[in-house]
Formats: sequence, C-alpha cells, structure tokens
Amino acid sequence: MSFLRRNLPSMLVMGIPLMWIALFMLLPYGIIVTYSFWLKKYPTFIPAFQFGNYVTIFTDPQYVRVFLRTLKISVLVSAASFLLAYPFAYYLVFRCRSVALRTWLYMAVIAPLWVSYLLRAYIWKTILGTEGVLNSFLMSLGIIDEPSSLFLYNQFAMVVTLTYIFIPFMVMPIYTALEKIPTNLTEASADLGMGPWRSFWTVTLPLSLPGVAAGFTLTFCLSFGDFIAPFLVGGPDGNLIANVIATQFGAALNWPLGSALAIVMLVVVLTIVSLSDRMERKGMTGGV
Amino acid sequence: MAQKTPGLLSRFGADTAFMSFVAILMAFLYIPIWVLIAFSFNDSRSLTWPLSGFTLDWYRKLWSNSDLIAAIGNSFYVATLATVVTLAVGVPAAMVLHKFDFPGKSVFRRLILLPITLPGIVTGISMLNMFKLMGFPLSLETVILGHATALLGVVVTQVYARLQRLPPSLEEAAFDLGASPWRSFIDITLPNIRSAIIGAGLLSFVLSFDEIPVTFFLTGRDNTLPMYIYSTMRRGVTPEINAVGTIIVLLSLILIVVAVIATRERKK
Repeated sequence: MSFLRRNLPSMLVMGIPLMWIALFMLLPYGIIVTYSFWLKKYPTFIPAFQFGNYVTIFTDPQYVRVFLRTLKISVLVSAASFLLAYPFAYYLVFRCRSVALRTWLYMAVIAPLWVSYLLRAYIWKTILGTEGVLNSFLMSLGIIDEPSSLFLYNQFAMVVTLTYIFIPFMVMPIYTALEKIPTNLTEASADLGMGPWRSFWTVTLPLSLPGVAAGFTLTFCLSFGDFIAPFLVGGPDGNLIANVIATQFGAALNWPLGSALAIVMLVVVLTIVSLSDRMERKGMTGGV
Repeated sequence: MAQKTPGLLSRFGADTAFMSFVAILMAFLYIPIWVLIAFSFNDSRSLTWPLSGFTLDWYRKLWSNSDLIAAIGNSFYVATLATVVTLAVGVPAAMVLHKFDFPGKSVFRRLILLPITLPGIVTGISMLNMFKLMGFPLSLETVILGHATALLGVVVTQVYARLQRLPPSLEEAAFDLGASPWRSFIDITLPNIRSAIIGAGLLSFVLSFDEIPVTFFLTGRDNTLPMYIYSTMRRGVTPEINAVGTIIVLLSLILIVVAVIATRERKK
C-alpha cells in the first residue's frame, strides 16, 4: 500500500503520456499502415497484403506529378521564407540597437501565428482574385486596363500565401540561433582583419545553420501537408498531396490509397526531421 | 584609418538597406490584415477597390446568423476541453522528459514532438480510421481528442524548456526537507513553471480554436467556427467573412496581450 502511495504519482506521470501516445498515435498509425496494403473493392475495401497502392503512387503519372508539385511548392515556400526571415532576424540580433524596437518587431512577426490560419489564407484569396483587391487597385491606378487572372489560382499565389502563413516558423529558430552566437566571436574575426562579409560567411552563417535547418524543416513540412491554401488559392492545377489524400477519404472513397499516401507523407516528414536533427547535433550550438 | 570614412558610410548604407527591408516585410505581413478589416466596413458586396462607403451591416448580419453562433459555441467547447486535456497529458510528458531516464526515451521524445511538424491531415485521417474501426461515432468529442494529440508537442516544448531552466537544487532541497515527490511538485515545481503552463495553455486554446485539418476529418454533424467559415468560403468571398475575421483578429490581439502579461509576471 505504501509502495503504491509513494510510487503512484510517478507511475501516473509516466503512464498518462505513454498511454496517450500508444492509443492516439501508435495505434492509429498502425491502422493506416495496415490499410495502406488493403484493396479497394466497390463499394468499400477488403483486407489484403499487397503493395499495389504504393506502386500506383510511384508509377501513375497523375500521382507522381502531384508529388513533384508538392515538393516544388514546399521548397519554394521554404526558400522564400528563408530569404525574408534571415536578414530580418540578422537585423534584430546584430543591428537593432533599441531593445524595445527589437521586442516589438519580433512580436510583430510572431503575432500572426495567433491570428487564424484560415483567415490568413482567405485574405490572399480576396487580394489576388480576378475581382479582387489587387486587380481593382491596379485598375484604379490605370496600370492595367482589365482584371488580370495572373495572380490567383496558380502556383505563384500558393507560394505567396503559404510563405505569408508559415514565415514565423522560419524567423523563430533563426532568431534563437543568431542570438546564441557570442558577439565576441564576430568582434574577434573583425580584429583579425576580416571584413564584415567574410566574418558573416565564415563565422555567423555557419553558426546559425542549426536554426536555418530547423526553420526549413518546419516550413517545408507544414507546406508539404497543407490542403487549405491550395484549395483556396491554388486553382485546378494547384492540387497538392494533402488535397489528393482528402479526396480519397471523401469523394473518391479509396481509403487504402489515401492511407498509403498518408504513409508516404509521414515518411517524408520523418526523414526531414531526422536529417535536421542530425544537422542540429552536428552544429553543437545546443538545442531543445 | 583611411578606411574610417567609407566604413562609416557603408555602415550607414547597410543600416538604410536593413531598415527598408524590415519595412517591406512589415508591409507584407500587415497590409493584408488591414485590407481584411477595411472591407468588413465597406458597403459593397464585392471586395474591389476603391472602398465605396461605410457600413456596419455585415456585423449586424452576423448576429442573426444562428449557424454561426452555434459554430462559435462549439469552438469554445472544443478549444477549452482540448486545452485542458492536452495540458493534463503534456505537462506530465514534459516532466518525464525532464526527470526520468529510460530505454526508448529518444523515441518517446520524437513521437511526442512529431505532431508539430507532422501535417494535421495525417493525425486527422489516422485517428479517423481508428474511430471508424472501433465503431466510435464522430462528434465534437472526437475532435477534442484529435486536437489534444496534435497540440501535445506545443505544450511539451514550452513546459520542458522552462523545466530545463529551473535549478535542480530547488527540488533537491524539498526532498532533503522530507517532501514527497507529489508535495515537491505541487509546492516547488508547479509555481515555477506556472507561467509556462499558462502560456502553453493560451497558445493551445488559440490553435485549437482555429484548427482545420484535424477537425475536417474528425467532426461529425457539428461545425466548429473555422469549419463553418471554410464551408462559407467554398461558396465565395463575402464581406461577412471579413467581419468575422476582423472580430477574430481583435480577439487574437487581446489574447496576445494577455499571454505577454501572463508570461512576464514571473520576473517582478
């Protein structure tokens, strides 16, 4: 009895999260792995063990194309976020001399995370649309004569929208990584006669790479699995993998194929996470 | 020495370049939000420039929209319970990561943090499959379980980071004075991580309130607010969505302020 009393708290502390993981993560993942080997048979599907769904995903040009498009969009979104986030974070950490201004600017970039994700996608639909704000604005300035369909329902719109949505995830880790770099390192390299560019390339950038890796991981994985923004601004050839998965569980009613697609997505995400984990450990600037 | 002047000049140039860059980034982030707000007060159905006139009609319409009101109620219910559950699981999980060493700990850590990078759609469909298999009907409660799972990583990272910064001597002292693990948690650890828990809770609430990918697959007949807005958007763009959006922006702003105050309170 007293054994139980002494150990009950720590058993609970261990037990609750372990049970939760087993029941709501491992078990469901196990189920979709199983389903991914099943066969679609009208009107539903039957148990089987075959790799047909995976073969379809990797050979049917329709799925290969979606897969490559998703990769391309996610890479572009990560790259765009990086190009915007790095100079910004660099400015905050090394150039901004007012602490208050630094805090405010940092908050200003993080704050949109608290504002509905759906709204942020919707805003771009209203801005970029044929009848949208940007078109009518350009027309009222006389820059264009008639609404252009150039902006919405294409991959450009998707990249802009996803970058807008996910950029805080790039700023946060880069900022943290830059903040950890002791200023005496850059001072030392300046004392040794290195110009600001050289010391940036040889000291600051390499030391911030773990943060960059973390930022790329987050923005890439989040864009890779998004289906709301493609639906709202992507248009007919803007389907990403997640849209195809959603269709398999909806109208197409092909759960086995949808499960296989989800497994492929899970594997891609896990691969990227462990790659960036390795990079972070190699960087050895510490980490979470 | 001779380099002094060009050095200063180029520093000035670099500063100007950085400032303009920051200004452009801020414009990119905030002009769209102002556009959203501006059109919620515009008296035309179409969202085209220039603004035609001021009206509060879109806000008035919201009040009489009973589907919308029901969806807001559902969202509060889901977000509140999901936050409570995810804290009840996430805080112990952070303690486990902080205190115990056991085989498979790194797998445990990875799994629990996975939903941060794992697209919600995978969480959504895997749990959907499980509930269907078990014959569990989809409802707001299944959405709560989904959200709690998806948000676990957020809570764990925040609470764990705080635990790591606590000096271990605090708990050791409590043990030396004869406190049980439970007592020392309640009296020593908990007060020290309280603001992290509040911060994580607020963030979980907001993220759950706003969640779509998991909700999309796990909800039954009832809609949450974002699901309702999403289904309205399918039919097209209307200023009513802008009005709801403006209210959401305002509430988010208030919550951010609350979060900042709540997490700051520690360093008096």
